[in-house]
Amino acid sequence: MHTELELTCILCPMSCTLKVSISDAGIDVRGNQCAKGVEYAKQEVTNPVRHVMTVVRVRGGDIPTVSLITSKPVPKNCIERVMEATAYVELEAPIELGQVVIKDVCGTSLVATRRVRKAT
Amino acid sequence: MSNLIEERYDVVVIGGGPAGIAAAIRATELGLKTILLENRDVLGGIPLQCVHPGFGLHYFKEDLTGTQFIHRFFERMERIGVEYITSAHVHSIEYRDYMEKVVNTITRKGVLRLYSKTIIYTVGARERTLFEIGVVGDRPDGIYTAGEAQTMMDIYGVLPGKDVVIIGSGDVGLIMARRFALEGARVKAVIEIMPYPGGLMRNVVQCLRDFNIPLLLSHAVISIAGKKRVEKVTVVKVDEGFRPIPGTEFEIACDTVVIAAGLRPNIDLLERLSIAIDPATGGPMVNELLETSIPGIFVAGNALVINDLADYVVEQGEKAAEGAKIFIENSGIPAEEWKPVKRGRNIRLAIPHYISGERSVTILARVAKPEQRVFVEVPEVGYKTFHMAVRPAEMIRLDLSKDALSKAEKSVTIEVKPIAYRA
Repeated sequence: MHTELELTCILCPMSCTLKVSISDAGIDVRGNQCAKGVEYAKQEVTNPVRHVMTVVRVRGGDIPTVSLITSKPVPKNCIERVMEATAYVELEAPIELGQVVIKDVCGTSLVATRRVRKAT
Repeated sequence: MSNLIEERYDVVVIGGGPAGIAAAIRATELGLKTILLENRDVLGGIPLQCVHPGFGLHYFKEDLTGTQFIHRFFERMERIGVEYITSAHVHSIEYRDYMEKVVNTITRKGVLRLYSKTIIYTVGARERTLFEIGVVGDRPDGIYTAGEAQTMMDIYGVLPGKDVVIIGSGDVGLIMARRFALEGARVKAVIEIMPYPGGLMRNVVQCLRDFNIPLLLSHAVISIAGKKRVEKVTVVKVDEGFRPIPGTEFEIACDTVVIAAGLRPNIDLLERLSIAIDPATGGPMVNELLETSIPGIFVAGNALVINDLADYVVEQGEKAAEGAKIFIENSGIPAEEWKPVKRGRNIRLAIPHYISGERSVTILARVAKPEQRVFVEVPEVGYKTFHMAVRPAEMIRLDLSKDALSKAEKSVTIEVKPIAYRA
């Protein structure tokens, strides 16, 4: 078995075009400008993963929402489950940067990426 | 009762986004008496509403969300003790003489008249509107710029609509397509008039392809219809000259139109001072320390040129602060002669516009059209680097040393040449 395909690396704004060939001998990656590109391509052709970002409501804060990100990327088919887990959450200010807001979704947790202070 | 407050500063920074915050931090660190003015009620500018990663890779060597990125600067500001005012609206700038400018500012406490030796102008960009991209028809509820949609969703937590058509495939449009898709809205299509996407390829992949959102290249929205709320848009194919091809019209039903048709430097306050403007960037002409044609007025960030990365914006803010320091110490920026930076083959824009040859310079340039396997060259100074691909969406960065630049006699030229190019 031998498959060739082209991927765009999404790890940084360089957006390298990766030429991936998959054969019994393994996965060969070319076109990457750094080592991360190889890892990305191998992950992408076996089990693609993504970070999920969203916001949830906050009561009594200086900003009405807090932004969240998954602490590690989740398999692509889990994205919807992560979004469902955040949909009806409402938090109370204050919220610290890096605070774990939602635990145990698809093997990861969601952490705050914006500080929300109590409204004055 | 009049409430006019007069103060003297070395540096007044106008605009509290990443460029302004970075400029104010650096200027304060350099021992200059500095104040930062922001017209919103919070500092942070656009990164505060960017919940996606891709920030800081260059500057912090880490992948951060916009929110995390800007919080790092908030922490620095607090540590250093940068003076700032929010809800401060700058009404006008007056140029009195070489070492004295006045920034008239309306604040909650009253009218401030700030006398300053230098100004760093970092107000960012404005979004292009429907009127600039030739979309006719009705003007019902449900039409937003991408930035407005982002503020609604990611600051206020409000979904602007359910069935969305996005005009323009710049990065903001692509990022918002994903945000809508994640929040359960249907993104019917992203419509791009150019034959290639406006944003970075990584965003086409992770924002559109991941969610099966159609990207229609060489297409334009020509009209919007709807009584109270948007009901549909009419889309047409365009030829190479961006003219609609008759007979190719079709309609897309939607309740929301998001305009992501690019940004323009917001230079309103500077235009009134008759500053020199580069038609290619839409921003002011600057020298290597980002000083404009008016002595002691510096500009950085998206008010200077539309940048790909907030990281570059921060660097420009810091550079402008260093420029302010040099200006104050020398009563002007010392340079034997200002040599123009010329745009050669396939270069649409380049920053800065003038160099002295006496300092190292980072040149940011954008190509006019995509090309593969090219050299980016500055023939006058013997600079030549290979690039697998150049795209209009991705700025090229040239770090030129003082030694190399000292070889330039009259000017330097930035140009892009395919490997087998013969002039």
